[in-house]
Amino acid sequence: MEKIVNQKAWFLVLPVFAVVAFSAVIPLMTVVNYSVQDTFGNNKFFWNGVGWYQELLSPSTELGGRFLASLWRNLIFSAVVLAIEIPLGIVVALAMPRQGRGVAFSLVVLALPLLIPWNVVGTIWQIFGRSDIGLLGYVLNRLGFDYNYVSYPIDAWATIIVMDVWHWSSLVALLCYAGLKSIPEAFYQAASIDGASRWAVFTAIQLPKMQRVLLIAGLLRFMDSFMIYTEPFVVTGGGPGNSTTFISIELVKLALGQFDLGKAAAMSLVYELIILIICWVFYTVMTNAGQERRIEREGA
Amino acid sequence: MARIDLVDLAHAYNGGTTDADLVLKPTSMTWRQGGAYALLGPSGCGKTTLLNIISGIVRPSRGKVLFDGKDVGALTTQQRNIAQVFQFPVIYDTMTVGENLAFPLKNRGLPRAEIEKRVGEIARLLDLEAYLGRRASRLSADAKQKISLGRGLVRADVAAILFDEPLTVIDPALKWELRSKLKTLHRALDLTMIYVTHDQTEALTFADTVVVMHEGSVVQTGTPEELFARPEHTFVGYFIGSPGMNIVAGEVRGREAKIAGHTLALKRSYDALPAGANIEIGIRPEFVSIAPPRPDLLSARLERIDDLGRTRFARVRVDSLRLAAAVPPGSIPDGEEVGLTFDPAQIHVYADSRRIEGAA
Amino acid sequence: MTLRLDKVSLLQSGQVFLRDVSLSLERGTLNVLLGPTLSGKTSLMRVMAGLDAPTEGRVFVDDKDVTGLDVRKRSVAMVYQQFINYPAFTVFENIASPLRVQGKPQREIEQRVNEAAKLLRLEPYLDRTPLSLSGGQQQRTAIARALVKGADLVLLDEPLANLDYKLREGLRAELPRIFEASGAIFVYATTEPTEALLLGGRTICLWEGRPMQVGVTSQVYRRPESLRVAQLFSDPPLNLAEVTKHDGAVVYSDGEKAPADGRFAALADGAYRVGFRAHQLALADGRPDRQQGRHAFAATVALTEITGSESFVHLKRDGTNWVAVLPGVHEFLPGQALQATLDPADIFIFDRDGRLVAGPPQG
Repeated sequence: MEKIVNQKAWFLVLPVFAVVAFSAVIPLMTVVNYSVQDTFGNNKFFWNGVGWYQELLSPSTELGGRFLASLWRNLIFSAVVLAIEIPLGIVVALAMPRQGRGVAFSLVVLALPLLIPWNVVGTIWQIFGRSDIGLLGYVLNRLGFDYNYVSYPIDAWATIIVMDVWHWSSLVALLCYAGLKSIPEAFYQAASIDGASRWAVFTAIQLPKMQRVLLIAGLLRFMDSFMIYTEPFVVTGGGPGNSTTFISIELVKLALGQFDLGKAAAMSLVYELIILIICWVFYTVMTNAGQERRIEREGA
Repeated sequence: MARIDLVDLAHAYNGGTTDADLVLKPTSMTWRQGGAYALLGPSGCGKTTLLNIISGIVRPSRGKVLFDGKDVGALTTQQRNIAQVFQFPVIYDTMTVGENLAFPLKNRGLPRAEIEKRVGEIARLLDLEAYLGRRASRLSADAKQKISLGRGLVRADVAAILFDEPLTVIDPALKWELRSKLKTLHRALDLTMIYVTHDQTEALTFADTVVVMHEGSVVQTGTPEELFARPEHTFVGYFIGSPGMNIVAGEVRGREAKIAGHTLALKRSYDALPAGANIEIGIRPEFVSIAPPRPDLLSARLERIDDLGRTRFARVRVDSLRLAAAVPPGSIPDGEEVGLTFDPAQIHVYADSRRIEGAA
Repeated sequence: MTLRLDKVSLLQSGQVFLRDVSLSLERGTLNVLLGPTLSGKTSLMRVMAGLDAPTEGRVFVDDKDVTGLDVRKRSVAMVYQQFINYPAFTVFENIASPLRVQGKPQREIEQRVNEAAKLLRLEPYLDRTPLSLSGGQQQRTAIARALVKGADLVLLDEPLANLDYKLREGLRAELPRIFEASGAIFVYATTEPTEALLLGGRTICLWEGRPMQVGVTSQVYRRPESLRVAQLFSDPPLNLAEVTKHDGAVVYSDGEKAPADGRFAALADGAYRVGFRAHQLALADGRPDRQQGRHAFAATVALTEITGSESFVHLKRDGTNWVAVLPGVHEFLPGQALQATLDPADIFIFDRDGRLVAGPPQG
């Protein structure tokens, strides 16, 4: 429903505008400027136009090669993490009690991983996975697995994936739990009267009613996992070699390691654009699903 | 099809045992197979609790429920073979109408051909044939309620169908259709149907036997005519009939009653009224008429006339008493004072809210 | 205060909620919006209140254009179907809240809240919180809060729909008295014709976002200008039949013939639809027998519903379903053949477009 617009609210927002402009918009403009220059930050600028962008998108150049490889790693990481966290979150949400004392307890336990600062999460797992003093690393090695996330890319990947699942599945679980709670009891009663099996109840009632929540959960997890930096950096630093070098880590290497600001600026803008496009796709799907719902409710 | 017996059934949600804790006070009743029953009462009277005990959603604190003589206390809702229709339509959004109706049968593993046959029969009975292929979520509220109902009917061995205020979300115009459809179905299928509602029209038109409940107890059980003509409790008199029965304090002696100083003749004689009891006179507005004022009639002040199209009721006031009376068709009351005439055969006497049957 | 809507339309996300609505409401009147769900009642009230701006058309209060004006600047109060009260406040505080917002002195607040509580019989409950009250009491609190504000326009959106039947009856009987005491413009939305009749005042019949007829309630009931309004305003549903008039006779679709006298005489030859209300049919056993100029039909009983005070007899006649209402208890068995008779003076005659061509004589 369209609300009558009250212009006074804009004045309240003005201070925030000013702050955001100062701390975000101006730096953003600087980045855009840098992305079309060749510079090492020492105030000497050489115009490069769309040079960096062209390099970024062609796999044959060094810049392009690195970018596309790390983009690929990001996509695989997000895909694997979503594929594990969403079903896991649903299962945990289904297992949580809906009433009684257990509710508060399970909510608190689930919330704990979400409260830990991200670099602390990274540090926890970095130590946890060490073969000498880390519980996980030590036990695995004693059991005969040659586990070392510093030397083997597969182990590094496994470690950061498990870390992310440990860190973020709770979010998906909590969102799904909220979605499940909104289903009226009568539906479960009707299903039990109809003789529906547990699986049928899940597919016919719970899953459809959780659709919106799952979309939101998917959107949030995708965005966060695609932009991931702190946790893998703390654990592996991008290694071994560059096997866990995600775009964010690549950017840091370029900008702060090599001071190649022009290339870094261009890469960060392309990175941002990709995220925006994917979010827009999610958003469109969500609003269309919402639209359909509204029509269903009112129509026929 | 089942005969349902309630044996000393009582329930308290908080587990207490005192009278105040009991949401449903000890009740015993028998409902015959194939009967149409209504549980009628205001919110909080215990009717939904009773329904949920019968369907198995709630386990009673005390007492037993028997289906055809067998104690079903340990059985789940599914095992009791009950169908239930809720206040708002419960349908599976992702399925078509046909799939919704087929769902209970599919879960029991019936062969496809039989499922299709049964679904077709029930769809025909409910006028849903044209919609079988459509997505259930796209239909109107009354069609969705029919689907809910259909899912219950589609199982041939269903013991009883329970309705929990099923017409709440239906528009008045469509309520008529759905109500007569339910009654026709009952006649055609000979199923035990139990209907919970706070709407007396729904209860009285649907049921052969109405159970009126108030504050956890069954106040009266009877046919609609019995409840209308001979309410055993003032609550029944008030709750049934629109407007409800006029209940006023009065004095009764022998064949006469006195209201606000005016003497009324009674059809029966009341000599042995319990001492110290609160005596009240009850008469339905349908049996009180207004007429031009006359000295031998109880005079009252006309406050308002409610014109319902086919009937008119007058709201009158006698001293501090408020009464409702029927306006004879065609009469145009003018002025503020009217006389009230009472039909003596329809005057009931109540002591402590219970009806006293006088002597002839 | 007078409220005037001028050709108001409301479109949202491609759906039309209101269509070309022009209305004028006077001070101290009770206006009933009667229509089925989704006919635009809530949308219309939201536009009147200022919660939504109309896509087209203008809204005037006392001839001042308030179309774009925010609801906070208008003198409006609203009561909803769900009992909306501040859960953490006592009943007293709930009722006092609009006065506190207006900054009224404490003494005045107490006086006005007590007055409103007295009017709505809430005095014993002033210290309780809404959730500890029954549904009826919660709704009374919401109504008291709406009234105490002294707003010029009070909107009630099916306020009794969530209440038990008897509570509804009780509260509805008190509403006219409560409304009269206030003097504001009242707009009351409902789906039930009976409720409209009991409340009185004026009725605005809405259908698909458009007002079909506006007038004094009993007038709209007795003289619907179109078939649609007649159907909206009948409970039990209106009985219909198709007739053709020619050669001085009125012929029903099943062949029943009657002389075209009375209002039928003045009609041009052609096809018409006739409608009449359920209580206008008289039923008797036996063969059709044209007594005293009544139209007679042969029908079979489909079903009888008995409420004790009345009997609803569902009839089947020539493929159409009719409903007859009789006072008292009548046990007709399904399949029983009956004669149904009708006084032609009670018939509404509609032309093929649904417009009323001739209604029952007035008086």
